[in-house]
Amino acid sequence: MILVQLIDYLRERLKYVNRICYVILAGIAVWGSRVAYTSHHAHTAMEKWPFFWSVFGFLACVIIIVFSKWYGHSGVMTREDYYDD
Amino acid sequence: MIDFWMHPSAILIVGALLLPFMQNPVVRRPFLLIVPALTFLQVIIVNSAPGTYGVVNWMDWYLTFGRVDNLSIIFGFIMSLMCCIGTIYGLHVKNPYEHMAAWIYVAGSLGAIYCGDYLVLFLFWELMAFSSVFLIWFRKRQQSQKIGYRYLLVHTAGGLFLLAGFVLRYYATGGDYSFGQLDVDHPTLYTYLIGIGLILNAAVPPFHSWLPDAYGEATVTGSVFMCAFTTKTAIYAMARSLAGFDILIPMGVIMALYGVVYAVLENDSRRLLAWHIISQVGYMVTGVGIGTALAINGTAAHAFAHILYKGLLFMGTGSVLYMTGKSKFTELGGLYKKMPWTFVFTMIGGLSISAWPLFSGFVSKSMIVAAAFQDHILWAAFLLTLASAGTFLHTGLKVPYYIWFGKNNCSEETWEKAQDPPLNMMVAMGIASFLCLLIGVYLPFMYDMLPYQWAEYQPYTAYHLAETLQILCFTALGFFLMLSKLTPEAKISIDLDWFYRKGGGLFMWVDRVVFQTVDNWVGRVWDKLGILPLMTVSRFWSWFDWHGIDGVVDGVARGVRGIGGQVRRLQFGQIQYNIYFAATVVVVAIIAYVFA
Repeated sequence: MILVQLIDYLRERLKYVNRICYVILAGIAVWGSRVAYTSHHAHTAMEKWPFFWSVFGFLACVIIIVFSKWYGHSGVMTREDYYDD
Repeated sequence: MIDFWMHPSAILIVGALLLPFMQNPVVRRPFLLIVPALTFLQVIIVNSAPGTYGVVNWMDWYLTFGRVDNLSIIFGFIMSLMCCIGTIYGLHVKNPYEHMAAWIYVAGSLGAIYCGDYLVLFLFWELMAFSSVFLIWFRKRQQSQKIGYRYLLVHTAGGLFLLAGFVLRYYATGGDYSFGQLDVDHPTLYTYLIGIGLILNAAVPPFHSWLPDAYGEATVTGSVFMCAFTTKTAIYAMARSLAGFDILIPMGVIMALYGVVYAVLENDSRRLLAWHIISQVGYMVTGVGIGTALAINGTAAHAFAHILYKGLLFMGTGSVLYMTGKSKFTELGGLYKKMPWTFVFTMIGGLSISAWPLFSGFVSKSMIVAAAFQDHILWAAFLLTLASAGTFLHTGLKVPYYIWFGKNNCSEETWEKAQDPPLNMMVAMGIASFLCLLIGVYLPFMYDMLPYQWAEYQPYTAYHLAETLQILCFTALGFFLMLSKLTPEAKISIDLDWFYRKGGGLFMWVDRVVFQTVDNWVGRVWDKLGILPLMTVSRFWSWFDWHGIDGVVDGVARGVRGIGGQVRRLQFGQIQYNIYFAATVVVVAIIAYVFA
């Protein structure tokens, strides 16, 4: 199937794929900041800060992972047969 | 007075009752397609003429089965459409009772959506609970029965809250049992009771634990139905009665974040999706709490989109479970070569729920966030945006990555079994995928059905696109940088259901260790200190009874018997002697009287 071949092709060139992704990320961050600065749709002043939503997205991801893992390992996660006793 | 009005639920119920007689696949398969299609057609016919229909006079009650208005139209449409898709997905299922349970469940949902009073709402509300539980029991695993009973008990409790609420309201208002907007600015006890009944079905914390418990255990087809109907029917009922109830805003935001946190910890793909139902329904609950026209439009739109993309996600992970028998990330991985189409469909569901541009979530979820910004509830708007990053993190990235990519944890048997599912399942996923894209690119399809047409919203602005793309792309960056932290662990996470799952065991332990010990101790003390005096006293009373009471009674008896014996001697048993003695006594008496 073409899709499988395409995925295999990209996986074999992961280094280049990553580079392209980083370029796209940078492009989106710059374009997004420019749009926010000129747009009247922003709801608060801080949304006009450069890279606001980029930083927001990255920090949201990090905070969710770190907090959830801390919460899980603080005793919430337990063995699978916990309720079978 | 009974208006003739064909309720869409009636078609499903009659179809469900006939289904067990359709044993031959040649007859059963077309029948499985026709009944939901007729129901969907009837919904379209019903929706074309708003008004009140099906009012039945029963024991001095006027029951309203058919209220067709701007809110019920959109919910009725999507529920009946999802019934068609779900039935196609389950076309291969041979057990007719599973289809029967699913259809009656949908009939309950449509009945609740079109009803006009609390009595009919309660009837269909309970019908939903008692039919959907079979979709769990039909999994037939050892734990299915227990989970089903837990589900049923929780929903029965919720139903009782609802019942208590509207009965109190009936008396407080002098006989009003209509199902409409409550006075949320001046809430009373019945407002809260009705609220608890409704939010329990919407899985709002702390009444949420039944959801991942049940949806993770339901049958492959069952979970596709369950993920669509219960919570979204509850959202409809809340939008109908609790719009603008402020307390729902923080509850909805907490809900959106709570589901995200537990999804990080989850190892089972279908339970992870269940956690994300809680998260997504959190947006809708917040929308109901905000209660403005835009917020209610957003709630209805997000429920509409959610039913399709969540159904699609459950179909995708359900296909993996159906083909491989596995649903845990620690037992899957690297399946893109074996199940590529299932990957594509699941990915479309993942991108839709993550609100990527051109997909359904982008045009629905953002409406609720925009309503929060519009109402200057900034904390809610920012926290919901934070939760949306979490949604993409798990459903858009974690689920596809750990099932179709990542480390291959498949056993040899799992790998051998893995392949795209049967045609009917693929067709159902294809239809749902198409609709997810259609909603995202052709706005009138969904927007023209929204309750408040005058509240306009345009999702495709440069700012909204820039904001969304930045959040999603940088969430993806965070995911890949922190991939090692997200490695699934073969563990479960303790949640609030601990209280009733372990609470039952705790009750038994207290009963055994405390009450039974005390009971034994009291028994032994009673043997030593209680029985002996009791026996002594009993013996005394026995003696007293024999020699005292019976002595007196027996003495009188003996006296009577002695006199009787003496009198008996005078009796010879011959009538002439008796007459002789009697006559003598009479004569003696007369002589004595005359000569005295």
